[in-house]
Amino acid sequence: MCFEAKRLAKLALGPVLMLLSMVSAGVMAAGEKVNEVNMAPGVTAVGQNIFDLHMTIFWICVIIGLLVFGVMFYSIIYHRKSRGVTPATFHESTKVEIAWTVVPFLILIGMAVPATSTLLEIYDVEDAEMDILITGYQWKWKYEYLSDDGENVSFFSNLRTPQSEIYNSEDKGQHYLLEVDEPLVIPVDTKVRFLVTANDVIHAWWVPELAVKRDAIPGFINETWTLAEEEGIYRGQCAELCGKDHGFMPVVVNVVSQGEYDEWLSGKKAEAAEIKELMAQTFTMDELMERGKAVYDRNCLACHGANGEGGVGTAIAASAIATGDLAGHLDVGINGVAGTAMQAFGGQINDVEMAAVITYQRNAFGNNMGDMVQPIDVFNHKKG
Amino acid sequence: MGDHHHGPAKGLSRWLFTTNHKDIGTMYLWFSFAMFIMGGAFAMVIRAELFQPGMQLVDPAFFNQMTTLHGLVMVFGAIMPSFVGLANWMIPMMIGAPDMALPRMNNWSFWILPPAFLLLASSLFMEGGAPAFGWTFYAPLSTTYAPPSVTYFIFSVHVLGLSSIMGSINIIATVMNMRAPGMTYMKMPLFVWTWLITAFLLVAVMPVLAGAVTMMLMDIHFGTSFFSAAGGGDPVLFQHIFWFFGHPEVYIIILPAFGVVSQIIPAFSRKPLFGYDSMVYATASIAFLSFIVWAHHMYTVGMPIAGELFFMYATMLIAVPTGVKVFNWITTMWRGAMTFETPMLFCIGFLVLFTIGGFTGLMLSIAPADFQYHDSYFVVAHFHYVMVAGAVFSMTAAVYYWLPKWCGRMYNETMGKTHFWISFIGFNVTFFPQHFVGLAGMPRRIPDYALQFADFNMMSSIGAFIYGASQILFLYNVIATIVAGKPVSDEKVWDGAEGLEWTVATPAPYHTFETPPTLDAKPAHA
Repeated sequence: MCFEAKRLAKLALGPVLMLLSMVSAGVMAAGEKVNEVNMAPGVTAVGQNIFDLHMTIFWICVIIGLLVFGVMFYSIIYHRKSRGVTPATFHESTKVEIAWTVVPFLILIGMAVPATSTLLEIYDVEDAEMDILITGYQWKWKYEYLSDDGENVSFFSNLRTPQSEIYNSEDKGQHYLLEVDEPLVIPVDTKVRFLVTANDVIHAWWVPELAVKRDAIPGFINETWTLAEEEGIYRGQCAELCGKDHGFMPVVVNVVSQGEYDEWLSGKKAEAAEIKELMAQTFTMDELMERGKAVYDRNCLACHGANGEGGVGTAIAASAIATGDLAGHLDVGINGVAGTAMQAFGGQINDVEMAAVITYQRNAFGNNMGDMVQPIDVFNHKKG
Repeated sequence: MGDHHHGPAKGLSRWLFTTNHKDIGTMYLWFSFAMFIMGGAFAMVIRAELFQPGMQLVDPAFFNQMTTLHGLVMVFGAIMPSFVGLANWMIPMMIGAPDMALPRMNNWSFWILPPAFLLLASSLFMEGGAPAFGWTFYAPLSTTYAPPSVTYFIFSVHVLGLSSIMGSINIIATVMNMRAPGMTYMKMPLFVWTWLITAFLLVAVMPVLAGAVTMMLMDIHFGTSFFSAAGGGDPVLFQHIFWFFGHPEVYIIILPAFGVVSQIIPAFSRKPLFGYDSMVYATASIAFLSFIVWAHHMYTVGMPIAGELFFMYATMLIAVPTGVKVFNWITTMWRGAMTFETPMLFCIGFLVLFTIGGFTGLMLSIAPADFQYHDSYFVVAHFHYVMVAGAVFSMTAAVYYWLPKWCGRMYNETMGKTHFWISFIGFNVTFFPQHFVGLAGMPRRIPDYALQFADFNMMSSIGAFIYGASQILFLYNVIATIVAGKPVSDEKVWDGAEGLEWTVATPAPYHTFETPPTLDAKPAHA
């Protein structure tokens, strides 16, 4: 109720906006913050500092603007020819010039001081309690929790919004384009250091409410950090143009209590152990096809199309690779194709997934090859 | 003027082989307008796709081609050539020279432009599509991951750079050597001053851009690894090189605009420009600072703290000379006797909106805050306030201001004012809400967006259609003026206008100042 009232107050800003809201009311999910006009202070001390800086410089600009435009509009109203004024002839004054050089300079110094201290704070990655390696891929994020025992937990985080919502055949959900299959989970009140890099092109990892934006650059590892003071789900997006699906690689961070975090982490570790077990298993065709479709939709569909018809990538339906030699097909999947957008998926998906998706590609879209790949085959292929 | 002098040749050869600064200026202006329409059409595609959440009209890959080409065409095809055209027309007339110093090169520097853009536009029809890596073409997206058309893009950029460098050399040679006797540097009209400084910037940074694209070419075709980390290269190096060109580039775009405004505001205030000397010094300071602030476009790449601080302080400093300029313009208006014909309206629009763009620029200079603003729609709003309301508005003002002198006919004032108001409203409806969505977290260069940004995006799109449509009115007004405008024959079209260009006949004859004018004691800029 209160939220609605606030929204209406904002809409009262202009009838145009009101009209627009009515038009788009159909797609607007209830409960989301809509039509925000300002930066969010977020849930970190740094975010609050940045917000304060932002508001300070904003108000300085507003005051200077009011003065400057005030003088200008006074002049426009009173110093017009139609009022019969005779123009003055003055055209220089060293004193005035010095004044309006020095005063802005002093204001800038006043602004530079807090800006410097906040910047120093942002750059202080010391004393982090945990490290997470973030790797940008076209077009998803990989998160790896670095631990001392070498048993790192890692997973990919993909857009969860279905194509049907993006292409308007279904209503858009509340978190349209800002939802992922597996969010990053971090504990509250913990200084988390992020090591940010990329696998292909430059990306940028941005979560406004955590006040973190850092470029993910292939070959370089950037450092940044956050310390979330409130539990919650925080959403952001890739901020650096990274190719076709730049708009479709969101970041979702789930900030939870330490207890929940520990539980989640051990769950992830158990999951990893389970996958290890699966690796030794032999699957039936139906099992592989079912798993394969899920893997395909998550990893391949964006470039190769929902029916293997191609797009940015080549067609898989009736392709020489998918209907050719099995080892060659595996090789493309595992090692990618150098110099093209076809990535090496060997390090991105596990052997079970690789086996399933290769099997799927060879037996779906009219490619009725009838052959299967088992996880052990993938493992052996990788070993060479 | 002697009767034996030949007029323009007839037919197509007049335009192909002309060495006349006015003809070449005219061609530049029409060419840039054509590019403005083309770049505008790309923008309309962008705004139409962003009208609502969801993908409706184009696919994401094509959307990226549109944002890339929109930026490239507007910067290199519309804004820069339009000011070169204006320089060609006005600089000789303002300094009392018969023509540009290097007329044949002048012809060439224009005529290599259309093929360069044809090449760039043709990439839309190539396999893999047009360049889709943004007008800033960051490696490795623009190298290893680029479509094959990138090679054509590189060649096109080389040719554009060649054209700009030749144009700049011509302007420098003209201003330094061909001023009428008595036209000392500190008597030059401010438009000439700003262009002289701009020309030096161009000569300094265009080769840097050429270097950047050549390194890309080497990476793509000759196995080098300048920008590829896998081969020991550095993707961030690309950004340093690009912005070492790119930041002076934005001043290359805005300084001539400052010059135009400094000519027009005094004319319609009927009062000399306030603080001429400080205007010159401020322009020079801005030009100098433009070389040492480039990495403020790269606050988030992970520079060392010392670099970050240096670029932040240097960037904040730019506010000082820019402020001086704005204060001078307003003091020029103060206690003048103003009238508000279309050129003046566009200059006032410029003043208000450019100042807002300057404020957001100051906000962006604060590095910690930039961690939130960077690559968001806040940046898009900022640079459109300085590029469109700055450069394009002042260019429009210039056309209305000098058009009667060029063609001897007066434009339709009511239509001109209508054009201004529709542009002004359309522009603000388009770009003001972009500040909001940017602050609320919408990244730039995305073809689709989360639902909370829907209303402001729709508003933005409606504004863009209005602004786009208003340019048709502009085109109509200009053509109607040339064809059937009310003839004017006063040398001084505007009663408050000062300067040598207003001492020649109206319309300006094909050849002017074949014998140098004599300057009276009072400064030409007053």
